[in-house]
Amino acid sequence: MNPTSFVPGAQLARRQAMQSFLGVSPALVAIGLFLILPILIVVAYSLMEANPYGGVNRVFSTESYLSLLFERQLDDSLAFADSYLVIALRSAGIAAATTLVTLLVGFPVAVWLSMQPPHRRGLLIFLITVPFWANLLIRTYAWILLLRGSGVVNNSLMGLGLIDAPLQLLYTDGAVLLGLVYTYAPFVVLPIYACLEKMDMRLLEAAQDLYAGRLRTLRKVVLPIARPGILAGAILTFVPCLGAMIAPELLGGGTKMMLGNLIFRQFSDARNWPFGAALSLVLMAVVMLVLTLYALRAERQRLARGGV
Amino acid sequence: MLRLFGKARLGVQDFPGFGGFSFLFYLYLYAPILVLVIFSFNANQSATIWTGFSLDWYRAAFANQALRQAAGNSLLIAVCASLAATAIATLAALGTSRGARFKGMRLSIGAIMLPLVLPEIVVGVATLALFSTLGLSLGYGNLIIAHTVFCIPFAYLPIRARLDDMDLSLEQAAADLYAGQWRTFRKVTLPLLMPGIVSGLMLAFIVSLDNFVISMMVSQAGTTTLPIFIFGLLRMGVTPDVNAVSTLILGVSVLFVTLSYLLGKKKH
Repeated sequence: MNPTSFVPGAQLARRQAMQSFLGVSPALVAIGLFLILPILIVVAYSLMEANPYGGVNRVFSTESYLSLLFERQLDDSLAFADSYLVIALRSAGIAAATTLVTLLVGFPVAVWLSMQPPHRRGLLIFLITVPFWANLLIRTYAWILLLRGSGVVNNSLMGLGLIDAPLQLLYTDGAVLLGLVYTYAPFVVLPIYACLEKMDMRLLEAAQDLYAGRLRTLRKVVLPIARPGILAGAILTFVPCLGAMIAPELLGGGTKMMLGNLIFRQFSDARNWPFGAALSLVLMAVVMLVLTLYALRAERQRLARGGV
Repeated sequence: MLRLFGKARLGVQDFPGFGGFSFLFYLYLYAPILVLVIFSFNANQSATIWTGFSLDWYRAAFANQALRQAAGNSLLIAVCASLAATAIATLAALGTSRGARFKGMRLSIGAIMLPLVLPEIVVGVATLALFSTLGLSLGYGNLIIAHTVFCIPFAYLPIRARLDDMDLSLEQAAADLYAGQWRTFRKVTLPLLMPGIVSGLMLAFIVSLDNFVISMMVSQAGTTTLPIFIFGLLRMGVTPDVNAVSTLILGVSVLFVTLSYLLGKKKH
């Protein structure tokens, strides 16, 4: 036996470690039992047969994974079908577009915030976070009031005489994009701001002293400092957008289907649980892949900087 | 100090237009909410043409039996889930921030954050699969369990932040004065931590109150929550009483976020 284990200090440390672990254990039990175990059950479901009345038959089948890309013909042969692939690609496309637009919108706001006098920043940041906590369903619904045929935007435009007939704003890809940008903009502003907050303003002066124009200063000084925040904001937008359900449902009218809606329908209309399970796992795998790549990158940079 | 601020202002002037753009951004954030609140007081049947002030839709909303039932369900579930999640999160925050490190601590923190990281729809599907496999049909219980799990990280983060901010020397001083571990915790750590706990509790409460996607997957007949009820109304078309209910829910959320923010700002 290791002689140091008789030293009371080591015993105390072990007791404290045990106490720490005891503190964390209820959380681990709750998450293990009601989140991790359920995901394993979803894996099992995805490998079973669909019960036509909803739920699953406990018979092994890879049908749900096959139907991601193929359609079974009458003669039982498989033919390539792209309808789900189209939805997946559309989800990725809309998520990417949302990420790009939120970055373009969020960056100037974060720069502006970081240059406000410190005593005013707290309130301004708080005002950006408030909508995040307000009910997403209701906030998205509020856009319907603005965008629909007899909505505020159309009425205003017609009142100004700019258009004669209401424009079709609702139930378009643009409306879904608008709603998603609205939802995720705070997720982009805050991490970029967190990076710029610590920026030494003398760098801007130095750049000017060296005759760098505004755009050049922005590109060569501000942008590199903001880069980790930009990356974090992009992830925080792209990942939840992939599985977004409310904006496509309400602002896309359910016709502009995204992965979230597709999964939801497999369960809500009790149509095909194994297929819904397989889709969920594909979505989760993509999300985990993005997050892992991000974590690995962050780890590499930490090591490159020689940090602890 | 004054010179520093002067320089900061010089920085803003370097990028003209950013101020105006930010103003438009705040307008974009609040315009839909304001429109909703305004039209909830509209006298007209049409939801988007203003004809005069009235409280009719609030009266209609309060008179709606199904709506009151859904609101009651939401409150019950949010109270139970946020209390349970905060208790679990407080212990977890103490375990990961005080006392000695243990093997797998980073992994444990990762697990606590998992509900925040996974797409909501996946969490909903998984919870539904669990309850369906176990044949578990506890009514409110199903929703309370599901809400507790995804509220844990929302309660954990502010409590953990408060703990990391706290000055360890006070706890050490208590130990020097021969206060036992439990006494130190009760007399020193807990009172100092309280604002963080309350802040976490309130955030967990509104997150539970507002949740739609997971609730929709897990709820059964009779356990409809407010967001599910509103979604049902929206499917039937936009009516002004939805505006009134929505405004009330937004009011509750904003109130709680503001209180939580003020608590967080409170000095130690």
